[in-house]
Amino acid sequence: MKPEDLHYAKTHEWVSVAEVAGQKIATVGISAFAVEALTDLVFIELPKVGAQVEAEQPFCEVESVKAVSDVYAPVTGEVIEVNKTLPDKLEILGSDPYNEGWIAKIRITDESNLANLLDFTAYEKQCAEEGH
Amino acid sequence: MNDESELLRTPLHGWHVAHGGRMVDFAGWSMPVQYTSIVEEHQATRKAAGLFDISHMGRLIIDGPDAQRFLDSLLTRRIDDMTAGQVRYSLVCNEAGGVLDDILVYQIQLPEGGLSGYGLVVNASNRKKIVSWLNQRRGEFDVGIDDKTAEYAMISIQGPKAIEVLDAVCDHELTSLRYFFGVMARVASFRSFVSRTGYTGEDGCEIICDAADAGIIWTRLIERAEPLGGGPVGLAARDTLRLEAGMPLYGHELSEQINPVQADLNFAINLRGREFVGREAIIKAQKNDQQSVRVGLQLEGKRPAREGAVILHGDEPVGAVTSGTFSPTFERPIAMGFVKQTAAAPGTPLAVDIRGQHHPAQVVPLPFYQRGK
Repeated sequence: MKPEDLHYAKTHEWVSVAEVAGQKIATVGISAFAVEALTDLVFIELPKVGAQVEAEQPFCEVESVKAVSDVYAPVTGEVIEVNKTLPDKLEILGSDPYNEGWIAKIRITDESNLANLLDFTAYEKQCAEEGH
Repeated sequence: MNDESELLRTPLHGWHVAHGGRMVDFAGWSMPVQYTSIVEEHQATRKAAGLFDISHMGRLIIDGPDAQRFLDSLLTRRIDDMTAGQVRYSLVCNEAGGVLDDILVYQIQLPEGGLSGYGLVVNASNRKKIVSWLNQRRGEFDVGIDDKTAEYAMISIQGPKAIEVLDAVCDHELTSLRYFFGVMARVASFRSFVSRTGYTGEDGCEIICDAADAGIIWTRLIERAEPLGGGPVGLAARDTLRLEAGMPLYGHELSEQINPVQADLNFAINLRGREFVGREAIIKAQKNDQQSVRVGLQLEGKRPAREGAVILHGDEPVGAVTSGTFSPTFERPIAMGFVKQTAAAPGTPLAVDIRGQHHPAQVVPLPFYQRGK
């Protein structure tokens, strides 16, 4: 997936929504900007498959050498799959955040917050402002 | 967190900002927490030479006829036997034996009748407290107490190539400088005090120079360190380095609620033939088998334990973590904490509660890291 085609939460998670058998499935991860800002990631606590997550609420934790950070669910729904290869290969969050570095797939149960997500241009603008 | 504009700035502040330093509030100073990656800066120090701006640390001058007697009445470690240029690690305690600060004492004797006295390097977070403690305790002692923090800057260079880098721009031959001794020397032609000290577990030096000269000295050292794999290091890697070296950090392993015996700093206590504030309490603490003591912990898995995490022995809480990180050298989580003495023996299997999950851990001897001789 290309970053230009994704949507983003203000809290730096990316989302790609696909229709599968009539259901909306969101693949989510954290943006390259976030990975670079966090630096030195050493641990991820993946969400549990089956967990009900709510948009803008923490659903996953990453630890850098320095500190623990929450990852926020960018959509509301049920976690149906997690990237089990990530915990032992955390460097792919940096090398390929938008493909191999995906964190979880969420079956969307409430679409109301999707409109709050930013497109690439808007997200880039936000990052540029935070970068100062 | 203070507004950035209200924070104190070291003479190297502009350099840090211009070179990608992520500036944070540290004890009221705007300091670089990292420039690139913590792990890279850590490894640059372990493998080559890391440069640290430590100008935020407090630099005090204690002089006058009673300077030695005055300090000997306040420090846990004797200074009456120090010789010119010698540096000593010591603690300052209150009457209850609680640690007010951990400091370096410098015996300073300038040639040609210049300054004679003691320099103290104190933690930035404790500077005002220590200055006021010294004034409060001055009593009849004929001493001068001067806070010179703003007039001087302080740069640390640490790592296996630190001496090589510094030697090239220093007029004093440094390879023969003894550990925990210092000399007046010219660095990049500027008059400085160079001591073989540090806070990383590596060989290296700390340089005290005039604030106005710090920029050029720093730049010269950076230019020489970078081709060798060294470079600037922020506070985050300073923390991982000192943690691997098993060194306590004030506010974590040391506080007014912790005595030096608990903190396992017996080497910094000299009781014999002297009186100092906190002595009686320390003697009591040496016999106290109920107080918790500082230990090193090695954790299984990859998740670091952070300050405040509860340490368990079986199901029983026996203490808490005071510092924890992911060790870049050992590539696993390490921590220091205080536990009951029954759980403090190396090899004791413990667990650390990290956000509700119990992670297996083991007591290990400190330091975690010791450089090859």
